[in-house]
Amino acid sequence: MPDIQEITVDDLKHLVSERAIQGETVLLNMGPQHPSTHGVLRLLLELDGEIVVSCVPDIGFLHTGIEKNMEAKTYQKAEVMSDRLDYMNTVGNNLAYSMAVEKLVDLDVPPRAQAIRVILAELTRFQSHLVWLGTSALDLAAMSMFLYCFREREYILDVLEMCSGQRMMTTYIRPGGLWRDVPVEFEAAVRNILKTFPKRVDEYEALLTRNPLMLDRTYGIGKLTGEECLNFGVTGPMLRASGVKWDLRKNRPYSGYEQYEFEIPTRTEGDVYARYLVRLEEMRQALRIVEQALDKLPMGAVRSNNHKYVPPPRSEIGVSMEALIHHFKLWTEGFNAPQGSIYTAIESPRGELGVYLESDGGPKPYRIHWRTPSFDNLSSLPLMSKGVLVADLVAIIGSVDIVLGDVDR
Amino acid sequence: MGVEQKLGNMGIATTTLEQAVAWSRTNAMWPMLFGLACCAIEMMSAQAAHYDMSRFGMELMRPSPRQSDLMIVAGRVSRKMAPVLRRLYDQMPEPKWVISMGDCASCGGVFNNYAIMQGVDEVVPVDVYVAGCPPRPEALIHGVLTLYEKVRGMKFAEIKK
Amino acid sequence: MEDKLQPIIGKLEKEFGGTACEYRGEVSLTIPAEKIVAACQQLHDLGFELLSALTAVDYWPQEAPRFHVIYQFTSVTSNLVLTLRVPVPGINPSLPTVSHIYRSANWRERELWDMFGIKFQGHPDLRRILMPADWEGHPLRKDYPLGYEEPQFTFNFEEINQRKPYAKE
Repeated sequence: MPDIQEITVDDLKHLVSERAIQGETVLLNMGPQHPSTHGVLRLLLELDGEIVVSCVPDIGFLHTGIEKNMEAKTYQKAEVMSDRLDYMNTVGNNLAYSMAVEKLVDLDVPPRAQAIRVILAELTRFQSHLVWLGTSALDLAAMSMFLYCFREREYILDVLEMCSGQRMMTTYIRPGGLWRDVPVEFEAAVRNILKTFPKRVDEYEALLTRNPLMLDRTYGIGKLTGEECLNFGVTGPMLRASGVKWDLRKNRPYSGYEQYEFEIPTRTEGDVYARYLVRLEEMRQALRIVEQALDKLPMGAVRSNNHKYVPPPRSEIGVSMEALIHHFKLWTEGFNAPQGSIYTAIESPRGELGVYLESDGGPKPYRIHWRTPSFDNLSSLPLMSKGVLVADLVAIIGSVDIVLGDVDR
Repeated sequence: MGVEQKLGNMGIATTTLEQAVAWSRTNAMWPMLFGLACCAIEMMSAQAAHYDMSRFGMELMRPSPRQSDLMIVAGRVSRKMAPVLRRLYDQMPEPKWVISMGDCASCGGVFNNYAIMQGVDEVVPVDVYVAGCPPRPEALIHGVLTLYEKVRGMKFAEIKK
Repeated sequence: MEDKLQPIIGKLEKEFGGTACEYRGEVSLTIPAEKIVAACQQLHDLGFELLSALTAVDYWPQEAPRFHVIYQFTSVTSNLVLTLRVPVPGINPSLPTVSHIYRSANWRERELWDMFGIKFQGHPDLRRILMPADWEGHPLRKDYPLGYEEPQFTFNFEEINQRKPYAKE
């Protein structure tokens, strides 16, 4: 059993300042198991009293080898692994994967499937921001926010369970459309959400936004300018809080987002408080999109008709020979994608979630790479944390909204 | 602990003391925060208001291993994390129990590759395995109650390790 | 999108001797390894501020070139995307670093070193990022095994059970 890597000052001479080598500052290990790091993130802090002189993140404690494992499975089976990457945005991961496969094989998606995809993706965005709000408020010692947010989240998980049978890892969005049509109780449940949630978001705002404790702990902390953000590859609410209005749903729309009217909240300060306000406003806009999508929901099929790539409905297998052959081929061998490589990106609650998919003509993805937003968002942490107090560092980590499954893949 | 070691296996006279000790252990078992991945979110859900775990004694989650007696390994354990897990398990005081929550902690789950430990029982002895990917909060509570039954059925002579 | 990208592609092709190809509406340009830093600098000045992705593909057993390193650029101001592909040979794979132009490349190049074994000359801190520091091998290469554990069926349950390491206490 290999022992824990003991890292000495010699190994990190080039990363910490000379004061650490002389012994003036303390090297503290904010280890992989810590209540405030939102997962298994290890931070090596160099502290001068209470002030952080430098911060070196050590990641990889949740590395799952998903990219290599997906190369060993067919396209249909590999989708199951994609849910487990960014486990707060499971529907979004499925959406990114499905869009990548559809682009690669040039598959059409019926409009009803696109609208339902938008509804579920926006509900997942809302749910992810709820968990962010609950856990980062918990870090700032506002314990009741945690309980309120998780109470709200149960309604959304009920909707996901109603559609797909699973609360989190749904694998409901598949290449070519959806797995099956939504049940009859779906609309009533979503309408109930749309009726009650705006008041709840107002409650959160009343609790936190003008709270002097919240302002003291988050205003002016962890600033990043827009240029620094882009240079570090930071996307998502962090980028929008720093003044750059870039959202893939508006600038490079996918899955029918161009039909819906919504705003992209942007702020210019770039600190933790601005990110909080941006995400709170995004929650409201997500509800607005869900309402429009639900009102305009078209009737029709939810899966594409191209049965070379999409399984035929079970009812046809008994009567049609081709349906049986397609089903057999898809379940035993999988479909063969044409040779070539593509890159697609969607806007996840954390930023740009991109999929680079390359195929060599076979039934398995030859190379799939997930451009996950939290990886680049986290790389800006050493810059943001120079010269802040340790308590501020906790607030900054909360505002980056990292999900370690996303960082380590 | 001293009373148990002295009295040991005395049969009928110590039965009610065993039961009393087991009852007190299960009524306030504090888990250690060891949420790694997706199962951690369901563990947090189980702790939150809808599926309250506080009614079963788990009022708080202690981040420090020295103050907890249950470790719920929630999530996939990678090869880099395994020595950390073992070290934290060693830091917990006796008596301690381990619940392996989820498929990845029990057997490697969906991931059968170089990076993920195929079951956390390769490094720590597990008492209860909870299946699911992720297990519903009710499943986790069922696992916790199964552990309570196991603890209540424990005799003194078994606890000494 | 294509018409705004056309002059940029033409300029890059002339200056760096690359070949452009289009697939499903996306343009990707293959340029040789020595010119990558100059190309990145040029693209940064042309308004491609965001390096969206930096990844690599392994074409083993084909040895030359064995890897293709892929740079994905996004321009926020002009709303364009562009891909650059750089072929890298299999023996002593190395490339000059672009982390002084795009700071997101810092961690991404560390990830490529960790997963593929591609060295980046001039990188300030090239060490493993996702695997433990004493790990041997580069996992995402095609000749690295998956590390698959045999599933236990009823016929081989006992023999695998004896081989599997269990913690006793």
